[in-house]
Amino acid sequence: MPGLGTSMGRGGATMWVPDLQNSDCILIQGSNFAENHPVAFRFVMKAKERGATIIHVDPRFTRTSALADLYAPLRSGTDIAFLGGIINDVLSNERYFKEYAVAYTNASFIVNADFKDTEDLNGLFSGYDEETRAYDASSWTFERNDDGTVKSDPSLQHERCVLNILRRHYARYTPEMVERICGTPRAQFLQIAELIARNSGRERTTAFAYALGWTQHSAGVQFIRTAAVLQLLLGNMGRPGGGIMALRGHANIQGATDIATLFDLLPGYLPMPSALRDEQTLAAYLKTNTKPTGWWANTPKYMVSLLKAFYGQAATAQNDYCYDYLPQLIGDHSTLPTQIAMKDGVVKGYFVLGQNPGASAQNKELAMAGLDRLEWFVNIDSFETDTCAFWKREGVDPRTIATECFCLPAATILEKEGTMVQTSRMLQWHDKAIEPAGDAKSDLWYFWQLGKQLQALYEHSTDPKDRPILDMTWDYEHEDEHERRRGEPSALKVLQEINGYYTHPEEGARQVKTFGDLKDDGSTASGGWIYTGVCPDKRTNNARNREPNDTTSLGWGWAWPANRRTLYNRASADPDGNPWSERKKYVWWDQADGRWTGYDVPDFPLTKAPNTPAKPGAGGLDAHSGSDPFIMMAEGRGQLFVPGGALKDGPLPAHYEPLQSVVENQLYSQQSNPVMREWHRPDNRYNDPVDEAFPHVMTTYRVTEMSGIMTRYIPWLAELQPSAFCEIDPDLAVRHEIRSGDWVVVSTALGEMEARALVSGRLRPLRVASGQRVHQIGIPYNYGKVGFATGDSPGALIPLSMDPNSSIHEAKTMTCNIRKGRRTAYRAGVVDADVPVSMRTGHGEWD
Amino acid sequence: MATGFFTDATLCIGCKACEVACKQWNELPSDGFVFSGNSYDNTSELSGTTWRHVAFVEERAVAEDTVVSAWSMVSDVCKHCTNAACHEACPTGAIIRNEFGNIFIQPDVCNGCGYCVVACPFGVVDLIGHVDPDGVLYNLATLHDDRREAEQTALQGSGGVAGKCTLCYDRQRSGFVPACAKACPTESIQFGDVDELRERARVRVETLQARGVDASLYGADDVGGGIGPLNAFFLLTGEPESYNLPSQPVLPSTRQAHGYAAGALAALALAAVGFTIFRGR
Amino acid sequence: MAKTTIDLTRILGTATGSLGMSERAGAVPDVRSQRTRELKGRIAGAKPVVSICAYCAVGCSLHAYVSDDGKLLDVEGNPDSPISGGHLCPKGAAIFGMTVNTQRWTTVKYRAPYSDRWEERPLEWAMDRIAHLVKATRDATFVREREVPQGSGKTKRVNHTLGIASLGGATFGVEENYLLGKLMHSLGVVSIENQARI
Repeated sequence: MPGLGTSMGRGGATMWVPDLQNSDCILIQGSNFAENHPVAFRFVMKAKERGATIIHVDPRFTRTSALADLYAPLRSGTDIAFLGGIINDVLSNERYFKEYAVAYTNASFIVNADFKDTEDLNGLFSGYDEETRAYDASSWTFERNDDGTVKSDPSLQHERCVLNILRRHYARYTPEMVERICGTPRAQFLQIAELIARNSGRERTTAFAYALGWTQHSAGVQFIRTAAVLQLLLGNMGRPGGGIMALRGHANIQGATDIATLFDLLPGYLPMPSALRDEQTLAAYLKTNTKPTGWWANTPKYMVSLLKAFYGQAATAQNDYCYDYLPQLIGDHSTLPTQIAMKDGVVKGYFVLGQNPGASAQNKELAMAGLDRLEWFVNIDSFETDTCAFWKREGVDPRTIATECFCLPAATILEKEGTMVQTSRMLQWHDKAIEPAGDAKSDLWYFWQLGKQLQALYEHSTDPKDRPILDMTWDYEHEDEHERRRGEPSALKVLQEINGYYTHPEEGARQVKTFGDLKDDGSTASGGWIYTGVCPDKRTNNARNREPNDTTSLGWGWAWPANRRTLYNRASADPDGNPWSERKKYVWWDQADGRWTGYDVPDFPLTKAPNTPAKPGAGGLDAHSGSDPFIMMAEGRGQLFVPGGALKDGPLPAHYEPLQSVVENQLYSQQSNPVMREWHRPDNRYNDPVDEAFPHVMTTYRVTEMSGIMTRYIPWLAELQPSAFCEIDPDLAVRHEIRSGDWVVVSTALGEMEARALVSGRLRPLRVASGQRVHQIGIPYNYGKVGFATGDSPGALIPLSMDPNSSIHEAKTMTCNIRKGRRTAYRAGVVDADVPVSMRTGHGEWD
Repeated sequence: MATGFFTDATLCIGCKACEVACKQWNELPSDGFVFSGNSYDNTSELSGTTWRHVAFVEERAVAEDTVVSAWSMVSDVCKHCTNAACHEACPTGAIIRNEFGNIFIQPDVCNGCGYCVVACPFGVVDLIGHVDPDGVLYNLATLHDDRREAEQTALQGSGGVAGKCTLCYDRQRSGFVPACAKACPTESIQFGDVDELRERARVRVETLQARGVDASLYGADDVGGGIGPLNAFFLLTGEPESYNLPSQPVLPSTRQAHGYAAGALAALALAAVGFTIFRGR
Repeated sequence: MAKTTIDLTRILGTATGSLGMSERAGAVPDVRSQRTRELKGRIAGAKPVVSICAYCAVGCSLHAYVSDDGKLLDVEGNPDSPISGGHLCPKGAAIFGMTVNTQRWTTVKYRAPYSDRWEERPLEWAMDRIAHLVKATRDATFVREREVPQGSGKTKRVNHTLGIASLGGATFGVEENYLLGKLMHSLGVVSIENQARI
């Protein structure tokens, strides 16, 4: 999310799935597209049939590789080196799309003279503080003119313009260096660089597709950033068949990020108030978070409207719209720190909802030991999960566990109605097909009823701390008599509230039509401004639109923002507003009509002419010219260089080795991401960097036939991939006398797991560094102890560590050892080794 | 006119949606949860209760310093032969050629003699085993109680009949495309009038060959051995054998000088062997 | 139960004169049983309900076919979808089995402290008990002000509880995420997370 957001403005896939068929070249990297998104992959196949070149770069040769025109192996976790190598190739051979890059990106901006690059500081940027392991980003800024505008040199001659800094930054990412780091044969790398450059420009477009293969790394956000830099340089953003296709995992990952159930976000990508920043009052919060220029100048409208949606009549201008009802953060409260806090006894009660950390958590035993220490645990699911069965897991005695456990039966998707947001930001409403089985209820039912019961319990309270519960708007009575009797709330009413409405009684709770109409004076309420427009009136639910057509299907579903399919599509036209080419025509300026038009909803002010000059000193979009396509950004440009510490580990992506790696960093003396989060504790042991005891690279993934709990109980799927397995190359297999079907044990300093061996030539040793031969072992992350398809989870092997920007763990690459045989029984207590108090989560300090 | 399948290996992504869609529609149980160790193929072959089966063929060649991998997949199915050995061998009339030109086993007529099993040149037909009552929970976990017992299920209560692809006879009757072809995400499995499919396949193979792909059709024309063209045919890369498709299949009856009776006797004699071979896995 | 014998006269009898024999290769004529003659797709005539696949984020539209008495008959792809075109992957094709499954839990399971077994409990009881536990934990752990950062000597209003946490959201809908977020924020919970990071 931050990778795309800081580069282009929004944390979502920039293109929609069917647009892949318009690509001339598709680079799939960090994704096993065919296996994990098979139905979307049909558009890749369509592109291929139309003559596009499909490239797959991955540690393993997968079903995606099998269908690609070109497959190149790389060592897991080295994608920045690979893509940085392409950036170097494109820049040193002058193959970038110059007109696009100069007009639409910050390539020409002049960077502050105090800025020092990783080339100057051997792997660190300026401002690093060794003690706090954090950067002071004040030098990562642009030089400004007196009127506040950024200094730039459109001739790209200035030595400190972004493009020239970029050139120097990647100059040592040569094909030879790529081969040393990634293990990718030089010839293959050069072929890929050539194909991508050849398929970009006025006439052609290249798309990139990634998934969790890029996010789950200690510099995962910067992996995605590297792709964004390359795509901006090549002029592929905002154009048909071009862009970055972020392939989300779960059915509503995008929606659960948009309408966030994430610790640091409120709905609509508004930051959660934090006591670590100056956000104690609404005014302070708005001052901190409102950008003077660009779309985020509207922040006050969205925040006040959100508070009105949450607290209704109680939220008034006099009481800061109940801003102080919102809790404040005191650190990183994401999943991993929470697991540790649970283990350390800070967390007492836990809700786990349709998720199964008992199989999927990293340092699984630590996570489960956290559950042992809870007072109560509530699980909502459709099946018994590894998580809710934690008290009877291998190696523990239930009689020692005090946690009071509830497992509430969940209705399945066919048994309820509502909206899911797919990977291209599209909201799709699903109707209810059948009644839930037995006592099963929708999650909506549970949350609503629990809220009502808590309101009743607090009804007579006069304690100010209880006001938020009593004041939250909670009227979602279903329109349908039958559902009302079941106690089911109306999902449509919730969606209408997210869309937003006018608050004055005389407005009759009329729906707000677009987010442009939201106000910061309390006259509008909206629970998630980016969805405004999905229910523009009480009778219309655009998420339920079901009229497709042969092009952009604007009548099918509804994509945020404003039903746009391709983001930043102003960039599909040249600065004068004409299509870059007839072949890649998409959105353009209609001079006669005086408006933007095309096959999509323009992602630009509709009547703002291409020649509109920027107004220095003006706020919001007036600060942008008619040829600044990235409206969310302060300067309206795609950001090759991310200024001002929006990313904690640097304004440009640099290659660092994974925390647990088999080789030393070939580029810098800085081995791994200097600001990544680590927990050095007895219950979270890491393999040492370049540890001889763990000589192999290990990577994890999921297979087509399995997800997790949702598939392991289904016999039709269980028979297709019935047990945990481990893919190894034939050379390694011979060395350990392992044959397919044998049991093997994979181990790290943290723990071990067993699985069936699958020996395959699809895996291959790579030569890296100065000729060192590296084996890569692959382990699917689908299995656990319950269901028909079972086996150990690699969660037992992976210690906790996090990307500093997204708080995502590094699960896609680490080191391990392997042997033939079965593992020893798990014993409780392995993770109970005394953790010194100084290492524990303190009550006054979260992390 | 007949309907059939054109299954194109060059479009197959090996996802096995066909296997699952088939089992879901036809209410078939799993064949057990056995890790084969053979590529990503854990159902291993067509069976009385697995009517679509995706074969995985891994190849590796080391050329200079580059390792070139290839991984081919194709979804196998009953061929619905022009001259169908199972049809010839069936002594009860259970096996018919229906109005769509497909070979269909009537489960309520079949007595489980197994002649068809040994007759089939492609090893497609198999007897559905008797379902262990305790195993019902596992194998049929996904059936409604009433349907589990219903006569309509392909198992006919507790098995003991021959099973294979029906080409979704019931769906075709009601105007629906067979479940596998409908699900297939990349349209590797195409359903339709078999003459049209053959024409489409010929164009496709020419296109691929022009691109330098080693593509050939299997069963679009007479496969020899007296079988004739297959109504479910394939576009393959490489040798048919690598996908477990015989390059020279033979209709058993063409080898019988004395016609059907001898064929039936031979089948009878082979039946016991067939049981061993097919049930012994 | 297996048919070891066959009543040929019944079959031949029902077929006489009415039903076709196609080109016949074998010794026995092609005769259709009553079941064969009456065969039809079990979804014939049923109106599909439009749902969506719950597995990955591609967002394949589904047709769920339901019998008159409200039973799920079949789930398949919705051909109208510009994304999926009626196609499904193996998981999507199996989604029927996520709803209709003997292994599914459809009642509340409760495990008392130190117990070694699940017990079934009424839903109302469980909801009441959970609400009381949430209130008790919240009341005991709610903090209005803290020194932030620790050791800074600066007291900040925080109005939160670190005693309760919530995990999950990406497997259920937008509306459900919204209500969950609103409820948790109003309780003062800050450890609200979902699979987007997992």
